[in-house]
Amino acid sequence: MIMTTPPKIHLKDVRKAFGDKQVLSGVDLDIAPAESVVIIGGSGTGKSVLIKCILGILTADSGTIEVDGTDVTHTPAGSRVVVNKKFGMLFQSAALFDSLPVWENVAFGLIQGEQMNRDEARHRAIETLAKVGLAPEVGDLSPSELSGGMQKRVGLARAIAGNPEIVFFDEPTTGLDPIMADVINDLIITCVKDKGITALSITHDMHSARKIGDRIAMIYEGRLIWVGKAKDVDTAGNAFVDQFVHGRAEGPIKMQLRR
Amino acid sequence: MNFLALIGRVVLGFLGHIGRLTIFAGTAISHCVRPPLYPRLIGQQMIDIGYYSLPVVGLTAIFSGMVLALQSYTGFARFSAESAVANVVVLSITRELGPVLAGLMVAGRIGASMAAEIGTMRVTEQIDALTTLSTNPFKYLVVPRLVAGVLMLPLLVLVADIIGVFGGYLVGVYKLGFNAGVYINSTVDFLEPLDVISGLVKASVFGFLIALMGCYNGYYSKGGAQGVGAATTNAVVSASILILTSNYLITELFFAS
Ligand SMILES: Nc1ncnc2c1ncn2[C@@H]1O[C@H](COP(=O)(O)OP(=O)(O)O)[C@@H](O)[C@H]1O
Ligand SMILES: [Mg+2]
Repeated sequence: MIMTTPPKIHLKDVRKAFGDKQVLSGVDLDIAPAESVVIIGGSGTGKSVLIKCILGILTADSGTIEVDGTDVTHTPAGSRVVVNKKFGMLFQSAALFDSLPVWENVAFGLIQGEQMNRDEARHRAIETLAKVGLAPEVGDLSPSELSGGMQKRVGLARAIAGNPEIVFFDEPTTGLDPIMADVINDLIITCVKDKGITALSITHDMHSARKIGDRIAMIYEGRLIWVGKAKDVDTAGNAFVDQFVHGRAEGPIKMQLRR
Repeated sequence: MNFLALIGRVVLGFLGHIGRLTIFAGTAISHCVRPPLYPRLIGQQMIDIGYYSLPVVGLTAIFSGMVLALQSYTGFARFSAESAVANVVVLSITRELGPVLAGLMVAGRIGASMAAEIGTMRVTEQIDALTTLSTNPFKYLVVPRLVAGVLMLPLLVLVADIIGVFGGYLVGVYKLGFNAGVYINSTVDFLEPLDVISGLVKASVFGFLIALMGCYNGYYSKGGAQGVGAATTNAVVSASILILTSNYLITELFFAS
């Protein structure tokens, strides 16, 4: 694919190992502004690790990670004030702060990061909750009182509350019933894609991948073995992708039963 | 050979731990003196550590003071030195029992809950979430607990001192038949400011150690519920051991001459 605009995120030969376990062994990917890329791949293949390297929660061993042309490969998240403000992240487990009410979760980045006063931040939080289809009353509940689907929605609201330029979704639909999963897909489309926000998502859910992704990339053994348009995923002509898309036990992908 | 390898691994593991703890403590302290601080969170922790520990610390102190009076009376009666009871009670409480018992009780109460809370935040990715929301987890989680520990433990110990001495007074006057005025006089007469001050300094150090071990073990916990459980145990055990060792060292510093 020929990039006409400079990429929003540029990954070149990103590697990461834990001890002698090589998780990422050379990931290359460019994501254009306003593009939505979905990474698919089996459990434990390093999808979350890749996102955490971009976010600076983990530090890549080698390679290059650039955000808007700024090299952030070796800058830990704590010292990336400017770049971090561009990011929003929906964690796999939602990762809501259970010591705070829902509205404060949503407003957290505004209060702590942008020093907005609490009344104004609360107002913004309620607005953002409305965007993900939650009533203002939900703002006063504690996260533990919410269902999984509602927690994901709050997580989504928290991710977009700070008006990020890039949003990461780590398995946004995993663990939800198919209807709620599709509600989340639609929310991702209206809150992120339609707003021109760049998105990088992880999922096992092919329905979701096709729906929210402009492009799909498949990770296997620490590399992206296939990257292409979302509509081409069924005709990829790649045995690995075919096996994953159709969810077959037989094929070239051998599930690692032991680490 | 295998045995030597095992020893080597244990020693290396231990040194690694010490190194990581030292870096953790250094980072935490450096964040204590750099803005932004979170006064709200510090206040919340101070209430948690100080106010909610009062009942358990008070109970421990009053019974310690009472039993101290009773036991030292039995002992001193054999030398006809019963008049020293008040003096022994106040010295033991202010110098040793107040800070050490309060420290151990708070280690069980607060150290455990800090490790459990921060550990759960770690394994549920809440600490990662803090970072992505431009908030430093050291500043947000560790600093308020350390500051509150260092400030509140001395206050708790001061209360423990008073209640402990009062426990001794109760037993002395109502059970052992001391004259109230005489008991109070001999409590106050022999007490030096340094006795109390050394106890408060100890308390501050213990508060730091309790919060440090709670935060450290929580921060590095991994592997779900079991990991958080292990972190909680480690926080209490290591804080208790550190309290007892540092208690001896501080006593040496103050009183060995
Ligand atoms: N902090 C860590 N320390 C050690 N190993 C890790 C760490 N994070 C992830 N791993 C390992 O990296 C591999 C990939 O994990 P992850 O990216 O979470 O998988 P997934 O693709 O399902 O999101 C796993 O085998 C996991 O055990
Ligand atoms: Mg994952």
